[in-house]
Amino acid sequence: MSNSEHLDATFAALADPTRRAILARLASGEISVMDLAKPFAISQPAISRHLKVLERAGLISRGREAQRRPCRIEAKPLAEASRWLENYRRFWEANFQRLDALLHEMKMRDKKRSRNKGDHR
Amino acid sequence: MNNPGTLKVVAGSDREIIMTRAFDAPRLLVFEAFTKCELLKRWLLGPPGWSMVVCKMDLKEGGAYRWVWRNDSNGTEMGVGGVFREIQPPERIVHTEKFDQAWYSGEALITTVLTEQAGKTTLTATLLYDSRETRDNVLKSPMESGVKASYDRLEELLASTVNRPPTR
Repeated sequence: MSNSEHLDATFAALADPTRRAILARLASGEISVMDLAKPFAISQPAISRHLKVLERAGLISRGREAQRRPCRIEAKPLAEASRWLENYRRFWEANFQRLDALLHEMKMRDKKRSRNKGDHR
Repeated sequence: MNNPGTLKVVAGSDREIIMTRAFDAPRLLVFEAFTKCELLKRWLLGPPGWSMVVCKMDLKEGGAYRWVWRNDSNGTEMGVGGVFREIQPPERIVHTEKFDQAWYSGEALITTVLTEQAGKTTLTATLLYDSRETRDNVLKSPMESGVKASYDRLEELLASTVNRPPTR
């Protein structure tokens, strides 16, 4: 897979809430496919589909033992994608913090105006 | 006390970036801040050291907008423009976006939705790009890289000017 295809696959993998939940569980250690499926109200084939997406994105690896097939999180690609998302987020957060301050100013201005209106009764 | 909230950014499943943010203000004020030039100039900026020097907003469906930022220290400029596809005050704006320096391919379509509850506003902005790859490139290097690209180009220009043999 080319670099950009990898990144693509990573973001696609992260876009689904069930897959994010699977990754969150795997963060605390290896879990077999059977055990992974347990808390989710969806079928095992559905879980397997999610696992395939995560595996193709290089975010998890699966053991070969057919019965237990432990799944393990692969931290590096996830960390990379997270870093990019975080940089992007921080960039926009700076803008929105300025907007917070501006909105506060606007609210104070409106409060003052309505107080003044009252005084001219 | 309402924490204005941290910005949440998610890469949507296709070609999208989705940003969600809460603001401690009524929707009308947030809409104003998004649509009036004198207010936009106060917050919609690039990395530190940039000011918005051009702001044109023809706030109607089919109307155009243009924003230009300038680097205070070296004069480099970065411009963007597009058209409003939908405007429903104070809840929805849909507009196209294309940067002069084209640091990402094609034209983006940006949908901004404001919802209000108990005097607080939630912003959901969906940025739709022409391909997954474009979306990923934008995420990898936001406006900063557009800024960097402009600066690099200026440096190239200066370098080529300096190295040109004298004409006298």
